Amino acid sequence: MLSKIVRTIANQLIVFILVFGLYIVMHGHVTPGGGFQGGAVIASGAVMMIVAFGSREIKKSLRERHLSLVESGGALIFIGMAFAGMGTIFFYNFLVGTPVFGGIPPTGPNPGNIWTGGVIPLMNLGVGLKVTAGLSAVVLAMALFISGEEMEE
Amino acid sequence: MRRIIAWFVLIILVAFLASGALLMHPFGYPPSDMDDYMIANSQAETANNNVVAAVLFDYRGLDTLGEATVLFTAVTGALLLFRAVRRKEDKG
Amino acid sequence: MMQYIPYNIPFIAVAALVGVALFILIFKRNLIKVIMGIAILGAGVNLFLVTLGYRAGGVAPIYTASPDGIMVLPVPQALTLTNIVITVSVIALMLTMVMFTYRHMGDIDANKSRLLRG
Repeated sequence: MLSKIVRTIANQLIVFILVFGLYIVMHGHVTPGGGFQGGAVIASGAVMMIVAFGSREIKKSLRERHLSLVESGGALIFIGMAFAGMGTIFFYNFLVGTPVFGGIPPTGPNPGNIWTGGVIPLMNLGVGLKVTAGLSAVVLAMALFISGEEMEE
Repeated sequence: MRRIIAWFVLIILVAFLASGALLMHPFGYPPSDMDDYMIANSQAETANNNVVAAVLFDYRGLDTLGEATVLFTAVTGALLLFRAVRRKEDKG
Repeated sequence: MMQYIPYNIPFIAVAALVGVALFILIFKRNLIKVIMGIAILGAGVNLFLVTLGYRAGGVAPIYTASPDGIMVLPVPQALTLTNIVITVSVIALMLTMVMFTYRHMGDIDANKSRLLRG
């Protein structure tokens, strides 16, 4: 556990890191970014909390059961969106033209619109959840193994 | 004797790499037929402004499915190794 | 300014990176150095994929508020994203196995820590 100044600054900075990572995940079909990049940014925020507070404090909040549920849920969202277009073919984009997320942008350079993209924003959300939970679980397990020799439940 | 064979193998591999680097196409003018079709027709068929995301999730979605499987398997294998030590200390 | 690069310098840089990685893999015995060599090999392959699809004087392949010009090829950039995630996962698994080898054997030399030798 580091000094009091570092702990206070880490408490203030984690809010901005979470909002920035969520912005990169949700705007993946308009600007550069997407699921994998946003998941890595949020996992780096979790690593900053482990470094500032010590791994035994963080173990009380991030339990392994919750991380496992989030990762499996993200994978199921991704596969479910792929199977939902099974009427034509596997991985068919069935939301183009419907008012949920389909709206065809005009051809050529244009200011972007967020209600476009078909089935791709939902797939980005699933992949972002999966990458966040996976990388955080691996780093937490390694930090617990090095300091204190107490395994995860 | 082993070090002579190791140096010989390394020099042959580096010779292959250098000759391959000098015989590539000139930098900046790649042959491209499939990518011209994807750039021209990506806004009408997939309703998406980002061509890279459309290629990753729509035209080549099965590669992303394989990569999600590799990530899931690696995380499961790493957490499984960290759990096996506690059982052995409990029983022994 | 990026329109004129004399004679294929990025491909020679890729050959130099992969050559250094092969030297580390053949000649070093410490297991941590071997894992660093595999990481350099992954970085060299990613650089090769990105410089394979560059068009002279091109812009990024995104239509949102893009400047005028022809676009670079989008498919090699998608393959590079997949490759980065796979390399990170494999290196995490290898580091876990090295940590357990050190705990059981007490040594991370590739010639001295062998389980089947007795």
